[in-house]
Order: sequence, then structure tokens, then C-alpha cells
Amino acid sequence: MVELTELPIDASVVTRMVTSPKSGAVVLFLGTTRQFTDAKETVTLTYTAYAPMATSEMEKLEAQAKARWPIDQCVLIHRLGEVSIGEASVAVAVSTPHRRDAFEAASWLMDRLKELVPVWKKEHWASGSTDWVHPGLVQRPDENTLH
Amino acid sequence: MKIRVKLFALTQDLAGREAVSLDLDEPVTVGAIRQSLGATIPALQPVLGSCAFAVNNEYALNSVEVHETDEVACLPPVSGG
Repeated sequence: MVELTELPIDASVVTRMVTSPKSGAVVLFLGTTRQFTDAKETVTLTYTAYAPMATSEMEKLEAQAKARWPIDQCVLIHRLGEVSIGEASVAVAVSTPHRRDAFEAASWLMDRLKELVPVWKKEHWASGSTDWVHPGLVQRPDENTLH
Repeated sequence: MKIRVKLFALTQDLAGREAVSLDLDEPVTVGAIRQSLGATIPALQPVLGSCAFAVNNEYALNSVEVHETDEVACLPPVSGG
């Protein structure tokens, strides 16, 4: 199950969603919003998405993980909109018969989600400024403004 | 052929709009769209090399051909999680 939501993520609800008599392991990962990035303080973060593609990419990841590990239940949830410091912005939860598969699958899902799912975050700094976070973005000189 | 390109995050801010309409000669590829987008909105030029493109919700390389009814999106490096 995948979901984009503007509501807080309830860890106990997510855990119940993947818990199953068939499984001996449940791994729940929560990505939470961090107050400090190096010395810069964040007040809040805003998440935005290309929603239809984000949903389909998360569904693909779920299917790929299920093909690779003996997953019983899988839940991927991402917050959109404003998320306060300390809240969960993302939840990845899987249940499997044995713990090693659950750890591996959850870790793989989270890594792939950060690479492929079109969701972006904007930092609202304590200084009042804002920045989009775009890892790997290269700002090359603009040929149109150099001449 | 008219192509509408959706923009997100920084590219939306740089362009000052949520989408850009381009008029391109057929056959149209993602590479041609990338080039035309930079020429139409010079503010986007410095970051376009780092952006991915999607056609109908699928990541698409520069060689992919695009048709008039396709949904095209310019995706800056993602930062969810």
C-alpha cells in the first residue's frame, strides 16, 4: 500500500497495517524532520510532489521489493505540505517471516524512494530564508546571460 | 507541435510558473524539449542538465519521442524522505 498524505503519520497505525500472523518480523522506518543541518536551524519543511508519478513510482518499488524479498505486507507513506520539526515525513514498513529480509527490504525501499520518487522538500530556515533541497543539482553558468 | 512541460520545486520558482508551453517541430524528443525549455526560459538553463524528464509518469531519456497528447514533466533532483 502506498500513500501521499497531508496528515501526520501515525506509527502505531502503520505498524498495525503490516503486522501479520504470517510474519515473524516487522521493520518500521520513519524519516523525521531534523532541526539542524550543520549549523543552520530549520523551523519547518514543506514537501511537494508530482503526485501521480510519485504514487506510481512508490507502487513500482513495492512490487520490486515483493519480487525480491518474501514480504507479507508493505506500506510506503510520504507526507506533503508543511511538516514541523520532529515529525515523520516518510514511513516505510514491511513484514516478513524472518528479520534479515525485513531489515534489507526496508533499507532498500527507503534508499530507492530517495532516488526515484518525485517528492521535493523546501527548508524554511530560522534566519527567514528558504532553500529547495536538490542533491546533485549542478548550476552551470548560464550561456544566455554570459553573452 | 505544442508540448506543455510541468515544472516542480526550484524549476517552478526559476520560471515563475507551474508549466511552460513549447512549440516544436516533429519529431519531438525529450532532448529537444530540454533544449527548447532552456532557450525559452533562460533562467532554467543552468539547472536543466541536472534535471530528469518524465513522459506519462515514466522517467524518459533524451532519445524518447514525445507525442502531442503526452504529459511531460521536468524533474529537478528529488529530495523526499
